[in-house]
Amino acid sequence: MNAPIDYLLHLADNALILGQRNAEWCGHGPILEEDIALSNNSLDLIGQARMLYQHAAELQGNGATEDTLAYFRDVPDFKNYTLCELPHMPLMAATSAGDRDFATTIVRNFLYSSLMVLVWDQLQNSKDAQLAAIAAKSLKEVRYHLRHSRDWLVRMGDGTAESHTKAQTALDQFMSYTQEFWTTSPAEAAALATGTGIDMAALQNDWNQIVNEALKEATLQRPAAGGFVPTGKQGLHSEHLGFVLAEMQSLARAHPEATW
Amino acid sequence: MYTQSFSVPDGSDDAKSAGLKAVPKALSAQDAALQAQFDARIDADGRIEPREWMPEAYRKTLVRQISQHAHSEIVGMLPEGNWISRAPSLKRKAILIAKVQDEGGHGLYLYSAAETLGTSRDQMLDALHTGKAKYSSIFNYPTLNWADVGVVGWLVDGAAIMNQVPLCRCSYGPYARAMVRVCKEESFHQRQGYEALLVMMQGTAEQKTMVQDAVNRWWWKCLAMFGPPDADSPNSAQGMRWGIKRISNDDLRQKFVDATVPQAKVLGVTLPDPDLKWNEARQAHDYGQIDWDEFWATVNGNGPCNKERLGARVKAWNDGAWVREAALAHAKKQQARQMKEAA
Repeated sequence: MNAPIDYLLHLADNALILGQRNAEWCGHGPILEEDIALSNNSLDLIGQARMLYQHAAELQGNGATEDTLAYFRDVPDFKNYTLCELPHMPLMAATSAGDRDFATTIVRNFLYSSLMVLVWDQLQNSKDAQLAAIAAKSLKEVRYHLRHSRDWLVRMGDGTAESHTKAQTALDQFMSYTQEFWTTSPAEAAALATGTGIDMAALQNDWNQIVNEALKEATLQRPAAGGFVPTGKQGLHSEHLGFVLAEMQSLARAHPEATW
Repeated sequence: MYTQSFSVPDGSDDAKSAGLKAVPKALSAQDAALQAQFDARIDADGRIEPREWMPEAYRKTLVRQISQHAHSEIVGMLPEGNWISRAPSLKRKAILIAKVQDEGGHGLYLYSAAETLGTSRDQMLDALHTGKAKYSSIFNYPTLNWADVGVVGWLVDGAAIMNQVPLCRCSYGPYARAMVRVCKEESFHQRQGYEALLVMMQGTAEQKTMVQDAVNRWWWKCLAMFGPPDADSPNSAQGMRWGIKRISNDDLRQKFVDATVPQAKVLGVTLPDPDLKWNEARQAHDYGQIDWDEFWATVNGNGPCNKERLGARVKAWNDGAWVREAALAHAKKQQARQMKEAA
């Protein structure tokens, strides 16, 4: 039994796009240890994306590879959460060049990792044996990512007045994007029906507990999630993803015949 | 990766200490005994460890060289990091991230090694950010196409390895041990860089053009990485006497040329030097003149990317101040809470 390709792509695209974002810190971190940590996180995520794309490519056939899936699909084909593609900065209309705000990065990684420790844990029991194996490997990595981002969330929240404000601002900015976690896309519904995917709504209580405990320790206020519910996993993204892909795919697309 | 084989004077050094030509001060009887002990250890090819007596000039030279080396690792993350987002396949992207991550780790080893000499990372970074401390000239050149990433792996890391392997036997123990670890990882990256180029040279005409273009732009800069000719390198003799330097700049450069020419042949690229040819009598390659004016201009801040590289480091440091302050403030609060609990 194999998971639907669109479901695998959703998981892969989350990892690739967030991996791409975290790598933007390479050489620009607030301290050398964080250059290393964020590159490490990025490398794990890209590794997860590769395993998932390889599995999806095999199911798809027709000469698909991890690279055709990463480099030759356009914005509407990408199924990542909108959260993963937003720049490391206060929200504004998209431009290709972005600044980097460490609080934004950490809060995003925290919200995503808090979800993925639950997702990968459950997916270890997927009826898709390949996906279950990928989940087992990814779970070990995402626990590490959660520890890293949670530690920094607490340091920022319970640090200085300035860091507290920045962490709170990032949290306020991102919380509404987490609403997408609990909606059901057609791919997720199909995966759930075959026992290859999981019931996302059922994870919400556990996720709330992880988040609320961390926020309490960090002395941060949990904002109400409301307003627009994003739809990235259905291929309807923010304006930011186009720039991420334009940059990421530029060289591969300029030389479609090339192997690297 | 990436030391320059020599330690160029930092901006803060006065001419005397920079050249290490200062006449040694008259030694007290006790100092003379310590100096004799130190000299004997060096002569016996022994290692000097952090708590042991060492001449002040030896300490100062090592601080300068190791900190320059550490700075080179972290500034060196920028030219390659420039291509992470655009790497043309996921495999190459993963390899590149792993490599740049290793460089950050090498920076950490080296800052730690320098700290054993009584300086601090903050002091060293301050010297970098204010332009007093140097880093390898090679990172002031831009990475303009994807093949640059492979060429940096092959040639720049290749030159760095030539420099660093002898440093594994450096007289200062912490530096020598750091170099052993660095060289292991570095050799791996160098092979990966070369392999990336091999694949490109079997690819499309555009890919081959990229590789040749990158080799043309980096070749001479890599030769200059070994430092000025022996005749113009007054630091070298002292470095050799102290067991810091083992092989002269020109000898290392010759070794590099001789090792690289056959690799270029296998790859199918030409090296941009009409004077490069095998000399049967010397059993070595002759090669053309390096542009030392350009090298010194770059070392002294006027290369193509000096301002961007330093600007990026300074911005990262300044923008990150609040993060470091938060970590400190939180650690203090934690400590205070623990003390209260214990009381």
